[in-house]
Amino acid sequence: MEKKDEKKIIKEFTEKSYKYGFVSNFDSDTIPKGLSEQTIKLISKKKKEPKWMLQKRLEAFGILKEMPPPQWAKLKFKEIDLQKIIYYSAPKQKVSLKSLDEADPELIKTFNKLGISIEEQKRLAGVAVDIVIDSVSVSTSFKDKLAELGIIFCSMSEAVKNHGDLVKKYIGSVVPPKDNYFAALNSAVFSDGSFCYIPKGVKCPMELSTYFRINEAGTGQFERTLIIAEENSTVSYLEGCTAPQRDENQLHAAIVEIVALDSSDVKYSTVQNWYPGNKDGKGGVYNFVTKRGIAYRNAKISWTQVETGSSITWKYPSCILKGDGSIGEFFSIAVTKNYQQADTGTKMIHMGKNTKSTIISKGISAGFSNNSYRGLVKINRSAKKARNFSQCDSLLMGDKCGAHTFPYIDVKNNCSIVEHEATTSKIGEDQLFYCNQRGIPEQEAIALIVNGYCKDVLQKLPMEFAVEARKLLEITLEDSVG
Amino acid sequence: MLKIENLHCEIEGNSILKGINLSIGSGETHAIMGPNGSGKSTLSSVIAGDESYEITSGSIQFLGKDLLDFSAEERAHLGVFLSFQYPIEIPGVSVSNFLKTALNECRKANDLPPLSARDMLALMKSNLELLQMNSDFLSRSMNAGFSGGEKKRNEIFQLAMLEPKICVLDETDSGLDIDALKVVANGVNKLRNNSRSFLIITHYQRLLDHISPDHVHVLVGGKIIKSGGPELALELEKNGYDKLC
Ligand SMILES: Nc1ncnc2c1ncn2[C@@H]1O[C@H](COP(=O)(O)OP(=O)(O)OP(=O)(O)O)[C@@H](O)[C@H]1O
Ligand SMILES: [Mg+2]
Repeated sequence: MEKKDEKKIIKEFTEKSYKYGFVSNFDSDTIPKGLSEQTIKLISKKKKEPKWMLQKRLEAFGILKEMPPPQWAKLKFKEIDLQKIIYYSAPKQKVSLKSLDEADPELIKTFNKLGISIEEQKRLAGVAVDIVIDSVSVSTSFKDKLAELGIIFCSMSEAVKNHGDLVKKYIGSVVPPKDNYFAALNSAVFSDGSFCYIPKGVKCPMELSTYFRINEAGTGQFERTLIIAEENSTVSYLEGCTAPQRDENQLHAAIVEIVALDSSDVKYSTVQNWYPGNKDGKGGVYNFVTKRGIAYRNAKISWTQVETGSSITWKYPSCILKGDGSIGEFFSIAVTKNYQQADTGTKMIHMGKNTKSTIISKGISAGFSNNSYRGLVKINRSAKKARNFSQCDSLLMGDKCGAHTFPYIDVKNNCSIVEHEATTSKIGEDQLFYCNQRGIPEQEAIALIVNGYCKDVLQKLPMEFAVEARKLLEITLEDSVG
Repeated sequence: MLKIENLHCEIEGNSILKGINLSIGSGETHAIMGPNGSGKSTLSSVIAGDESYEITSGSIQFLGKDLLDFSAEERAHLGVFLSFQYPIEIPGVSVSNFLKTALNECRKANDLPPLSARDMLALMKSNLELLQMNSDFLSRSMNAGFSGGEKKRNEIFQLAMLEPKICVLDETDSGLDIDALKVVANGVNKLRNNSRSFLIITHYQRLLDHISPDHVHVLVGGKIIKSGGPELALELEKNGYDKLC
């Protein structure tokens, strides 16, 4: 009985979220649909941005106008009409509930299944924060602690106003607007996002999570994140949450830029669970994200992602290993089911000597979905003695889904080592029977096998995130074996 | 305890079991011997509830229940255990996590609360000792990269953990070295009691030297063609199957 119930819960949840505060009330402070220079000026004005920011936006728009919309072999979607999108609306007003008792019980059940704490549940369900917990004061004391260390963690809008010199210096330095169509679009119209600066020699004492920021600003359709780690600093950054998220915006085009200066260490973890569309593939978020970091001498950038949502995911967190001895890592789990399409992977660009990169990608496909890994390992002539190890595994559930692996390797010197391993496997009848014989029912057996398959990546996530991610995988794949 | 009557089964249209009759009393140990391809593993899979086989007629009674009405996991919950001839690998799932899940599922089905982490560990430790296994085993991936003998030992370790009522051992001896065979056989002997029965499938007398069966059956061409006491196994070892057929 369980399976059907789960489906229903998740389905209802994703559909009911309008009622429960996931969606803004569009009213007063919205500008008309469509993209033009006028729109961009208006956005910048509403956000009270300095001139240089508007200048950058307009430059990006100029570049965008010259670019054709992208075409990809493995993704199928209707062309997006940029003129039908609303590019600015005031920070979202969430519907407030007095207590969790007012929230949809099914929703709470899903939260409990995911192991989300009561406080987190209240926040997600849209319970008015001031009466339930002092999350504001949590967040304040948290900010005090960070400020003491000189760490800046705020919204991008604030950063543009208060830390203009840093933003001006680094924004677009890793992902320039001309990089790709969606990068140009984001650079022209980005709404908000996170800004994070870790001073020299500082080890950030806690995981920086967008959780604290979203309270203030809400996520946007065109998010922009910039992380700057000064020499010898360390930071671990968490993005997203495991609770299903629905958004009225079908197109999401975010940019994340990481600047890892000499000997710094940046870890960026994502759990992405946008609304994937219904069983027939209708609706759902298109997630086109450009994430890239640049690592200077002996610096390390590590991307870990668990992707279960969106109807289309297009995402290649990348590392430019510029400095000698720098390290790039990419650990990914991407799950697709029903009619979801995912095309994800990474790019590791080796420029410095003795640079190292590791790629571990685990794709899981169920239903009629398509899951592609696309990765580029590029070793420049200058990158003497560079090393890469890539492992791309695909797990198929049923026989109507697809898994594809496109590893591109480009090595320009002869003293580097590139290793690539790829496997495709199916959850075997014999594995299931073995579990069943030991008393483990089918759903639990699938969860066990999938978790085992993803272990290498789950281990890379911060503890609590890993626990949630594991549960998310279980719920996502329930009833998926065909 | 287990009563099989006139059991016929087929797979993909090939008839494999052609009328098995076998009755195992509480606490008894039976051995089945038979040439390759005679249907021994098929019989054990059918008892365990492998749905790839189609039962065309016959019945299996287990503790008064019609076993064929139950799914594989329900049978496990009732106390049916199969030590696989070829144990399956589950990469990334540790032996301890696998067994914790399995044992707690069995307990849940029998209205028992899950074992605490401490009790679970204590139980695992004592069973590891029984089979003279190193505790490193617990953190290794289920059967992945195990040697043939280690896999077999791991099967009996699971048996010890799950405390089933009927234990089917499909060629547990194959792959075990001489010393390991003794250890595993001793383990099995310690697990024997009045309310636990064993069905031991083997090709060789060597296992039966250690675990002496109450009854021995000869399975040829999907039928039990002869049954007897322990002496039957010795006779087979000497003369082979030809003389019987
Ligand atoms: N999927 C299948 N399709 C056709 N024939 C099958 C299938 N599975 C098993 N068989 C056949 O069923 C017969 C019995 O197989 P089984 O594995 O039960 O033999 P066994 O007695 O255990 O042999 P061994 O001593 O070699 O382990 C064999 O002839 C085998 O080839
Ligand atoms: Mg066999």
